[in-house]
Amino acid sequence: MDAQEYLTKIKAKFPDVTDVPVEKLKDGIPALSCPAASLFEVVKYLKEEGLNFLLNLCGTDYKEYFEVIYHFTSLENKVKLALKVKLPREKPAVASITPLHAGADWQEREAFDLLGIDFPGHPNLKRILLPEDWEGHPLRKDYERKPDQYD
Amino acid sequence: MTDLCKENIKDKDGFETMYLNMGPQHPSTHGVLRLGLVLDGEMIVKAEADLGYLHRGMEKLAEKRTYQANIALSDRYDYVCSMNNNFAVALAIEKLMGVEAPKRAQYIRIIMAELNRVVNHMLFFGFFAMDIGATTALMFGFREREQVIELFESVSGARLTYNYFRVGGVARDLPSDFVQKTKAFIKLMRERLKDYDILVTDNVIFRDRTEGVGVFTKEDCLNYSMTGPMIRACGIKYDIRKDDTYSLYNEFDFEVPVLKNGDCFDRYQQRMLELRESLKIVEQALEKLEPGDIQAKVPKVIKPPAGEAYVRTESPKGELSVYLVSDGSANPYRFHLRAPSFINLQILQKALVGFKVADVIAILGSIDIVLGEVDR
Repeated sequence: MDAQEYLTKIKAKFPDVTDVPVEKLKDGIPALSCPAASLFEVVKYLKEEGLNFLLNLCGTDYKEYFEVIYHFTSLENKVKLALKVKLPREKPAVASITPLHAGADWQEREAFDLLGIDFPGHPNLKRILLPEDWEGHPLRKDYERKPDQYD
Repeated sequence: MTDLCKENIKDKDGFETMYLNMGPQHPSTHGVLRLGLVLDGEMIVKAEADLGYLHRGMEKLAEKRTYQANIALSDRYDYVCSMNNNFAVALAIEKLMGVEAPKRAQYIRIIMAELNRVVNHMLFFGFFAMDIGATTALMFGFREREQVIELFESVSGARLTYNYFRVGGVARDLPSDFVQKTKAFIKLMRERLKDYDILVTDNVIFRDRTEGVGVFTKEDCLNYSMTGPMIRACGIKYDIRKDDTYSLYNEFDFEVPVLKNGDCFDRYQQRMLELRESLKIVEQALEKLEPGDIQAKVPKVIKPPAGEAYVRTESPKGELSVYLVSDGSANPYRFHLRAPSFINLQILQKALVGFKVADVIAILGSIDIVLGEVDR
């Protein structure tokens, strides 16, 4: 199956999944925009259909909203596919895919730590890179660093 | 300090287990990794890793720096293979801008990346054997590394943080004696690899300590998103240089070695085999070098058009990818690094269960992590 077939199949099965305009995707990896509510099901479907390798998971702060991007591939047919989820600025949350891909565990914890995105369903969601008592999420665009002893 | 493994676990006879804290200062955790281990006698019942002791906020720093300065910053992710980090970041920026480096620059890049793979695997060889108790191997590994570092010093002026790649090319051309010196090194290295096999690979104690220890299955590899030598040692033939090729790797004739057991010994052996293939690639690239430009035409201030790119490269440790978002300004809007050490390390918490404390060192060593990349 090539990437285009995957796209049509996913869109047929999940009507609320839509295309992402290709002008901004410079890497040629096709992307789909997926609502947060159906993400878990879409990832589960992808895994069953052979896109069973999670390459990368990361969040971005676009000021009005957050976006989490998931890159998947298949080691057999080499197809690559990205899923994008838009999350509201207030209380961003999307279901954890750690039950499906154990490799998402620390990547979700990183997004939680640095961007403050909640992943309900994650077995051990706590800060990973920053100390536990750290305040705020540094990769948010409105993050203000507190002066420390070196300032 | 985070509390690890807080709950009170009892063993099957109802006896208390013992909690052992390992790190962050420990000679064999390869930096500042902290492990919390719950032990039943000498067996590990539960393991948890605590990261972040070397967290420098690289992704936040990247947003405040220009694109070219980000290549300099990338030297510090995985400080053992700076050239490979440079490669990934330079490729990502070029992808956003739609420029391509001239052919000569691309061959030079491949030579540097593959020589850096030799350096990485030489250090792995030394430290892995050291973890298990063989101290001589470290001297051997460092001796060969020194030769490559001298080559790098002659092209970039630095011994550790090379900052040699530029957007659209490389910083400067090769010195006149580089080709000859590199050829001499390859010849020497091939001779010396035989010594390594005698010293370490065929060593009975080394084999006893590594064979059958820390076996990862194919399913584990897929589930934990592991990449690089880790999955190839488990029998999955996947190399980004071949399967999702970038730069000019498709012009080269090299094998992707695959082993099948997936234990610590195979992960060691896998890297030794890959090292030989890297030497082959360098040799071919030296033959292909022709005089020409080393820098494509790019503006002085680099401002890629708005857009995003996910660019994958095969670093010595696994898939090193950069997710870069540009908003059209002189600084990246978002810079995310998919660090192979970080993702490969996740399996540790599962893989350690059921092994003895001494095996922790072997399993951790065989994953080959650099904490600069794990914590970023």
